[in-house]
Amino acid sequence: MAKLDLVMFEEEYRLLQEIIARLAKDASAKVVFLVDKNGQQIAAAGDVKSIDATSLASLTAGNVAATDGLAKLIGEKEFSLLFHEGEKDNLHISIVGKRGILVVIFDQNSSLALVRLRVKKASKELQEIFDQVEQRAQKESDTGNRFESPFSEITDEDIDRLFGD
Amino acid sequence: MTFINYASREINCKIVYYGPGLCGKTTNIQWIYEQANPEKKGKLVSLATETDRTLFFDFLPLDMGTVKGFKVRFHLYTVPGQVFYDASRKLILRGCDGIIFVADSQQARMEANIESIANLATNLKENGFDIRSIPYVLQLNKRDMPSAAPVPEMERLLRFRNEPMIEAVANQGTGVIETLKACARQILMELQRA
Repeated sequence: MAKLDLVMFEEEYRLLQEIIARLAKDASAKVVFLVDKNGQQIAAAGDVKSIDATSLASLTAGNVAATDGLAKLIGEKEFSLLFHEGEKDNLHISIVGKRGILVVIFDQNSSLALVRLRVKKASKELQEIFDQVEQRAQKESDTGNRFESPFSEITDEDIDRLFGD
Repeated sequence: MTFINYASREINCKIVYYGPGLCGKTTNIQWIYEQANPEKKGKLVSLATETDRTLFFDFLPLDMGTVKGFKVRFHLYTVPGQVFYDASRKLILRGCDGIIFVADSQQARMEANIESIANLATNLKENGFDIRSIPYVLQLNKRDMPSAAPVPEMERLLRFRNEPMIEAVANQGTGVIETLKACARQILMELQRA
């Protein structure tokens, strides 16, 4: 594959989850999502059940990708922050490192200033974990010493079963 | 780029339907959406114009069940086929795991098919992928059209790497699941090799 797969282990996942749960609380946000730039949800905290998280992840990634394209058109590297203001709820979207997107949904119980402040702090912590994940993947790829993939013994029958054959 | 989450024991793969305008990419996804077990499918998101032409993308998440204790989830995307939406097409290929090329069988669309494959190769390259090695399936859609080109002719013009080639009539569901399965098989087999 052209790029390294994103492989997340329990410990890293737990740390990410902790950071965004804290962010949701500190920023008085309704929900916080951590999404991959390819549109896959990594972690979520807050009132998660109220929102279709999968669609949100995919649309956010599309939104960020389109905004990235706009940035490049006018000669910017990226726009690191997007803010959408609604009547009741607002959406704060920011880029974390090379591959993460942090989405904070908040209402009148919080403010843009508070969210920005807390997001800044949390982003730094998230960035460190992403770096660790990347370094580990790079190391494994360099040494050819990859973790034991659970799919090394996948068979045609396994695939047929997925399609209910 | 497959996302493997050991904590939630999930694996997510992104499959992109590519092809010229009006070849039936959205129809493929819509058919899958209509047929899928309600527990397995998520919401179908379509960013389309007022005339139902895809503007940015369609998106359908599908839960496929488990393999080796991991929940397998496919994220199906379509690109806008019209030539002038090239910037959007490029973005959607970001991080994809497999491509389904939907070719329009009508004789008059053959040139558009060829152009679209060339465009796919360019856009994949810009995203760091190689069209010769990424999991790839060729679907010959609209086989029921009176002006459909013969299969051997389409094969000669469009098939370039011995990829699975599947005849389809997407609006009736013919060949739709087979196409998806052929792509899924390659992606999962790729994981085995990784």
